[in-house]
Amino acid sequence: MTCWETIGAYAFRSLGFGEKLLPRTDFTLCQQFTLIGSGLIWNVYFGALALMLGFFLSNALALSKASHKPWARKPAEWFIFVFRGSPLFIQFFLAYSALVMLPRGGVDVLGLHLPTSWMTSAWAGALFVLFLNTSAYAAEIFYGALMSVPKGDLEAAEAYGISGWAKFRRIQWPTMLRLAWPAYTNEAIFLFHATTLVFFSGFPAFQQRGDALYYANYFADKTFNPFVPYPIVAFYFILLTGTLIGIFGLVNRRLNRHLPSNTRSKIRLRPQLIR
Amino acid sequence: MFSSCADPKTLEGLSWLVCYLTSGKHIDFYWSFLTVLTLLAVTAPVALTFGFGGAMAARSHVAPVRLVGKTYTAMVRGVPDIVFFLFFVIALDQGIEWMKHQVVCPDWTQPIRQGLEFRVCPEAKVPSNSSAQIWHQLYGFALAVFTFAIVFGAFAANVLYGAMNAVPRAQLETAESYGMTPRQVFRRILVPQMWVYALPGLSNLWMILIKATPLLFLLGVKDIVYWARELGSAKTQAYAYPHPDWRLWYFLFLMVCYLLMTRLSEIVLNKLAKRLNHGQATAAGEAMRRTAQ
Repeated sequence: MTCWETIGAYAFRSLGFGEKLLPRTDFTLCQQFTLIGSGLIWNVYFGALALMLGFFLSNALALSKASHKPWARKPAEWFIFVFRGSPLFIQFFLAYSALVMLPRGGVDVLGLHLPTSWMTSAWAGALFVLFLNTSAYAAEIFYGALMSVPKGDLEAAEAYGISGWAKFRRIQWPTMLRLAWPAYTNEAIFLFHATTLVFFSGFPAFQQRGDALYYANYFADKTFNPFVPYPIVAFYFILLTGTLIGIFGLVNRRLNRHLPSNTRSKIRLRPQLIR
Repeated sequence: MFSSCADPKTLEGLSWLVCYLTSGKHIDFYWSFLTVLTLLAVTAPVALTFGFGGAMAARSHVAPVRLVGKTYTAMVRGVPDIVFFLFFVIALDQGIEWMKHQVVCPDWTQPIRQGLEFRVCPEAKVPSNSSAQIWHQLYGFALAVFTFAIVFGAFAANVLYGAMNAVPRAQLETAESYGMTPRQVFRRILVPQMWVYALPGLSNLWMILIKATPLLFLLGVKDIVYWARELGSAKTQAYAYPHPDWRLWYFLFLMVCYLLMTRLSEIVLNKLAKRLNHGQATAAGEAMRRTAQ
């Protein structure tokens, strides 16, 4: 099998297309690169969707945490505390064992029959956990940024007669986003890193359709040689991290475009989180 | 454990629960918390040492040493840590066996990597095949601790490197002008002052370390996650204590334990930060001075 044929057979193996059986003997470098790259599709899927959905929830959570009313503040505080204070690994296990307890045949709500079996599969269940998790972490970041919006900016807005919702939408929120962006970039990067935990934490890889680390682990187990597959994963993730920094850097530039160049906030990669 | 638990099938209600929660396997489960705490207690100082070494290397004036230090601190940035966990455990194991192999059987002629197998001479197995089960477990645990220390050492090196750079330059220059050697400046001025800058990062790291302990399960150590899965899964009538799938409750219990641990650490670390910031010429110290007035 040439390398092109291997790519044809395995490039979308993680989604269930192409060759059914994984290679069993005579592992080539090409196979490892292709399959692990194929698995990376899942990492991108989990990371990107959780991040996009989480952006909205985290904003809402940050706002309610900043609220003066206890009925809005307390739930947000507890949500953030629970998801930031416990390991993501345990959250995955917990969610999976909770989801398998749902009745197999589905539930009837108000005469509607809702199937539930899809929720135990990784694409839905794990995505849900990652979405809640990243919302909590990002909410804390946004909350911190919201608290450090300069007082002078708000006073200036009121002096111009901008108040209430307009003040929030035009002054507070953009400034919060700008201040939070470097930390939020870090959060995004480590969210993508955290997606590698999914298939090690109870969620089954249906028909051996797994993520990048799942395939790397498969190869390492089969060849008993960790020195090839894991560096390949590392290589892919460095690429992914680089791409993310690029994209978030563009947004950062837009958020900072009104500032003189020496006061712009730069994105600095800081290792923050294993969850 | 209790004599009344001799025949669990006859028990009911609370006494059943008491007997169930004190069965031999549950005692193992409770002991495995000690495994996690041991991991934390051993890893934290070792990782801090590694981090200190890494940060010192990254600041070195000798280019190759600096390169090693920078690579070490950079390694955790782009790659998921769990990749390192999975990689180092096998790589360390094979590395140790390979080195022992070179020493114990120098006249072994067959290649070590035969196709899909990693084969060293039988005498070079670590721990040797004949040794007791406990040694195998201890060896596995030691490998896990070392792996944790390497990865967290890299995180700590990042933090300490930043903290060393954050110490005001004037302090070091003053020390130099008093005629201190670079080594004296490092030991007497830099290291004592850097901790206050390193504390936020290090406390963050401690939280991360707590939250990374369930990964022990992936490294093949029988830790709390292993036992929670084992004990929680459905038990048929063939077992002494049959019950349906209770994994949800076991994981809920683990989650509460972790929340307690992180919350407790947070309180202690905040107290520590307060004490360290007291009277410091930093923003936090200034804020404390203002509120005191």
